Amino acid sequence: MGDAIVARGLVKTYGPVRAVDGLDLNVPEGTVLGLLGPNGAGKTTTVRMLTTLITPTAGQITVRGVDVLTHPNEVRRVIGVSGQYAAVDEHLTGYENLEMVGRLYHLGRKRARARARELLERFDLTDAADRPSKTYSGGMRRRLDLAGALVAAPPILFLDEPTTGLDPRSRIGMWDVLNELVREGTTLLLTTQYLEEADELAEDIIVIDHGRAIARGTPDQLKQQVGGERLEITLHSKADASAVVETVAALGMAGYTVDESAHKVVVPVADGTDALFEAVRRLDAAAIKPADIGVHRPTLDDVFLKLTGRPAEDETEEAVEAR
Amino acid sequence: MDAIIDGWVVAKRNLIKIKRVPDLLIFSTIQPIMFVLLFAYVFGGAISAPGVNYREFLMAGIFTQTVAFGSAITGMGLAEDMTKGIIDRFRSLPMSRAAVLVGRTTSDLINNILVVAIMAICGLIVGWRTHTNPLDVAAGFGLLFLFGYAMSWISATIGLSVRSVEVAQSAGFIWMFPLTFLSNAFVPTDTLPTFLQYVADWNPISAIVAALRDLWGNSPTGAARGAGWSMENPGLYSLITIAVILAVFVPLSIRAYRKAASR
Repeated sequence: MGDAIVARGLVKTYGPVRAVDGLDLNVPEGTVLGLLGPNGAGKTTTVRMLTTLITPTAGQITVRGVDVLTHPNEVRRVIGVSGQYAAVDEHLTGYENLEMVGRLYHLGRKRARARARELLERFDLTDAADRPSKTYSGGMRRRLDLAGALVAAPPILFLDEPTTGLDPRSRIGMWDVLNELVREGTTLLLTTQYLEEADELAEDIIVIDHGRAIARGTPDQLKQQVGGERLEITLHSKADASAVVETVAALGMAGYTVDESAHKVVVPVADGTDALFEAVRRLDAAAIKPADIGVHRPTLDDVFLKLTGRPAEDETEEAVEAR
Repeated sequence: MDAIIDGWVVAKRNLIKIKRVPDLLIFSTIQPIMFVLLFAYVFGGAISAPGVNYREFLMAGIFTQTVAFGSAITGMGLAEDMTKGIIDRFRSLPMSRAAVLVGRTTSDLINNILVVAIMAICGLIVGWRTHTNPLDVAAGFGLLFLFGYAMSWISATIGLSVRSVEVAQSAGFIWMFPLTFLSNAFVPTDTLPTFLQYVADWNPISAIVAALRDLWGNSPTGAARGAGWSMENPGLYSLITIAVILAVFVPLSIRAYRKAASR
């Protein structure tokens, strides 16, 4: 299978700021690439360049072999885009929004209408179909926006932070929808701030920071790099620490750390849930009662700390663009 | 062709907004109605136009002023669009690049037609009458709307060149005051100082107004008609002006749209 999306040496500068600074990426047909990074890393700028919305300062992009810069309209026919800020008209109803998009894809009146109904049904928006979209909740607006991206059933989908701002239930609902689309053969490029989300959806991940790729790989490779799940046990007093270490160290994969000041013992483990059960059993048998015990998965912050030696900066992309 | 079909789809979207948020239509109608009443009943007694009832003289001027001011909403609407997420949706679709502009100017044309219809009724109530055949009356309205449509493209260029709705609003309105008042819209130009009379007689607004008065049989007689080629051939001068505005500002606004959108 060929590459659906290829970008080489992508650069976008805003004055002195290099929002994207020499990024290469390729997404094979039918696969999912996650761009992982904090706010301001250049994720949105990258997606906007890949989807013909802004012109790169330098670099080449092809989508299905078509040059995005010279033939943008040909590219627009095969891609669907859903942004961080829902691209829906607030005065139009959900149905009107989708019908309009269908007409602008030149589906014809009849097909545009049928497709709008179909997508509203699929995204659970039938009841709200005839209400102006400004009355929608954040999650509903996101779903409507995604539906807008799917009107022409595009083989390639770009999603910029599809779940940012959604409550956990809506987030999982969105993951289900996306996983289903990928099963149907859609090539997907998505950006996210959540390692968990990239892990759930993406086969390949590029971690970006300051517009540059700082790590690439499968979610497993990446997690191996930063360390996987770990068991964290917080104690009432540090006196218990050595007893705890004795009791649970054997559960870990390799080594453990003791944070004396926080009365915390951290043990990297292969399977968090199993380890947690076993640890609780052993601690109970040893009559040790911890203040807190839990399994922690690596977060974007952990990835950043490991890869860059500093935590992920929270800088909004607009702030970068405004400079 | 795509520009027209896609433009109509976008125009329908804008018209739905007028229906759901009618405030803009209401306010763009109140001002001209106030002008009709003010000039007809307050200033009208102090201004005279030889050979014609002042209220008949007045209406062509107010119609023209209204569509000129009304064109400012094109720029405001586009400036607002550019700040909304929907523009990204439009730009990611394989639709005509001109569709957003064609759609906006088309829906504003329809908005203008609604406003003018309400004003015409108001004019008829205060005593405005036409004295020509229906074809000429219709031609007058046609010219008026064509002029409003051309003005919309100037407004579009302004709206897309500024970065906020507020700036688009004041930048769209401010030049309208001298443009519409320094004309024959409210007073015959022969009452002005010589230099201003010259400016007013060549003001395209005066040409539109004079052409409308001729087409509706509302023209004053003698020196009150104004002087010079422009006032002798107001219809032709109007059409030339409209053609020049469109030839210059259609490409300019398309360029401004591309530039504003691909930042």
